[in-house]
Amino acid sequence: MAGVQVSNVSRSFGAHKALDDVSIDFADGGFYALLGPSGSGKTTLLRQIAGFDFPDSGRIAIGGESVERVPVEKRRIGMVFQNYALFPNMSVADNVAFGLSVRGEAKAVIATEVQRALALVQLGKLGGRRPHQLSGGQRQRVALARAIVTKPRVLLLDEPLGALDKALRVDMQIELKRIQREIGITTIFVTHDQEEALTMSDRIGILRDGRLVQEGPPEEIYNRPKSEFAATFLGDANIFRGDTTGNGIRLADGTAIAAGAGATLAAGAKASCAVRPERIRIATDAGAPDGNANILKGQVSKRIFAGNNSTYFVERAGQTLKVIVQNTGMERLAEGQDVVLRWSPESTVLIAAN
Amino acid sequence: MAAATASRNGLRSALPLLAPAYLWLTVAIFLPLSAMVFFSFMTELPLSGKPWAFTLGNYAAFFSQSLYLTLLLASLRLGLEVTLWCVVIGYPAAYVLAKVLKGRSREAIFLLVILPFWSNGLVRIFSWAMVLREGGILDTALNAMLPFKINIDLMYSYPAVIIGLVHSYVPYMVLTCYLTLQAIDDSLIEAGRSLGASRLQVLKRVIIPLSMPGLVAGAALIFVPVVGSFMEPRILGGRTGTFYGTVIEDQFVAVFNWPLGAALSFILLAVVLVILAIASPVLRRAA
Ligand SMILES: Nc1ncnc2c1ncn2[C@@H]1O[C@H](COP(=O)(O)OP(=O)(O)OP(=O)(O)O)[C@@H](O)[C@H]1O
Ligand SMILES: [Mg+2]
Repeated sequence: MAGVQVSNVSRSFGAHKALDDVSIDFADGGFYALLGPSGSGKTTLLRQIAGFDFPDSGRIAIGGESVERVPVEKRRIGMVFQNYALFPNMSVADNVAFGLSVRGEAKAVIATEVQRALALVQLGKLGGRRPHQLSGGQRQRVALARAIVTKPRVLLLDEPLGALDKALRVDMQIELKRIQREIGITTIFVTHDQEEALTMSDRIGILRDGRLVQEGPPEEIYNRPKSEFAATFLGDANIFRGDTTGNGIRLADGTAIAAGAGATLAAGAKASCAVRPERIRIATDAGAPDGNANILKGQVSKRIFAGNNSTYFVERAGQTLKVIVQNTGMERLAEGQDVVLRWSPESTVLIAAN
Repeated sequence: MAAATASRNGLRSALPLLAPAYLWLTVAIFLPLSAMVFFSFMTELPLSGKPWAFTLGNYAAFFSQSLYLTLLLASLRLGLEVTLWCVVIGYPAAYVLAKVLKGRSREAIFLLVILPFWSNGLVRIFSWAMVLREGGILDTALNAMLPFKINIDLMYSYPAVIIGLVHSYVPYMVLTCYLTLQAIDDSLIEAGRSLGASRLQVLKRVIIPLSMPGLVAGAALIFVPVVGSFMEPRILGGRTGTFYGTVIEDQFVAVFNWPLGAALSFILLAVVLVILAIASPVLRRAA
């Protein structure tokens, strides 16, 4: 087991910079999610760590040992592919045994290790099957067993749950997390799915156009996004743009919005404020005055019912704001109704304009 | 039960589509072949106007003269050697085409590989004759490059026959192997390497087993016609080029003993079928 340090790694394909000076420290035993839109360089970064591809510049170290020119087969990593990549010519047990067998382990050792790995992914009885006789979820478990049976230093997963349906995916998320905890392996997990990233990982790295936009624990990124992109990519956010006042911004129409968190910026600079839709309270009247709360008036344009909650779209000075309200059985607001939005400065993050 | 019904329905709906193919097979292959079976049991060709009768003598001739068996064994060996050379040359070429080259360069090389297919067989063989003979292209070129004098005269020799046949048949191996190799997902190779296998181990344990169907198909496509080949042995082999195929050809074009030629052909067909029947389960198990 070992941590992974990626330092100033760049990789270009022709004129296109797929990775642009990326540095991330993956601590030993942690569970990391790499998140980003399509084409942002997630797979490229994972392939540099795995050793399928080498960076143009920068350093990659696994367990403190420089590996940026070491080929895959010498890096002692485990990799799980989106399409499983099980060997169709071998049984499940032979697939899992592959890594041990190319290493020349004794037959008896291989048999016990394979059985243990299959038991870990709860497939103890299916060793004799061929990959095509398994369901998608079972194949993914085999792929996982095959990747960890060699006791790799790092486990790399490229959208491993992407091909599974929603319910199975949630099962596999729990399963994967359990196994990761049980063997305590450093895990780097590429995903498109922000919810998956939020629920599973200790830390999240957000990539955009080959650059690392922000990195940190899920709650920190969610509550303290450092860019509009991070705010809107991980979860939903209402963004206000204006000029900095020191402790917030002033919108074009003169309305001030107070922010209790985020960047410290010199007054006068362009900046934005982000607030999560579930942090805003929506009401038909102003209610009791409340010292420093941000208050805006608007009009409901649409309501979307989603079972346990509803999303209200509120028009305000040409901007559509989103508010998410738990459905507690209270009166619902009608479309066209005038409303007052209210939220605390602590829920508001000040972001430097990009 | 349901599956059986479904397959029967499938067969019925496929019948109109298959009919032209079966008709063609009947006219082009089955009828002439039956005629040949018929001839092989005759003393004389009925078309020749001479009196004829049924006989097993043509088949007995094969067993009464050891020459036929010797030639058959030589032809089988030739088929085996040519097939092996085609694997040795064709498989790596197919691998490079399928897994290493990308885009336009792949298309260009592919064209070069199948080019021999499009040239006339005789032209191809006589070109080799020009290359291989003493004072030919190879001899002249090597002597121009090397400081010492060497004599290259491969013409009318066993190696010349092998070279000519391998050149003619290697595209089959490249094509069948290319098709199976191309169907192997690159992520399997990457998975193998991520598990600590060297490129060679991945080749041995994953790629070759998965491309076995292509190798077997290519081998069958090459072995069978090479065992019966006569053009390359005759032109490039000269006096050393007497094989089972050339003897059969003689019966048809020189001696006009069609019944014997037909009988020898069917013995060859039987032997080849037995070999394929024995070899295919072995190869399938290896895969
Ligand atoms: N081998 C390659 N040759 C050329 N360009 C490449 C290559 N690999 C990746 N790229 C480019 O690099 C960029 C990043 O690709 P990458 O596969 O890392 O994206 P990703 O974040 O994994 O996207 P996705 O979520 O769609 O999988 C893309 O613009 C892609 O076209
Ligand atoms: Mg990707």
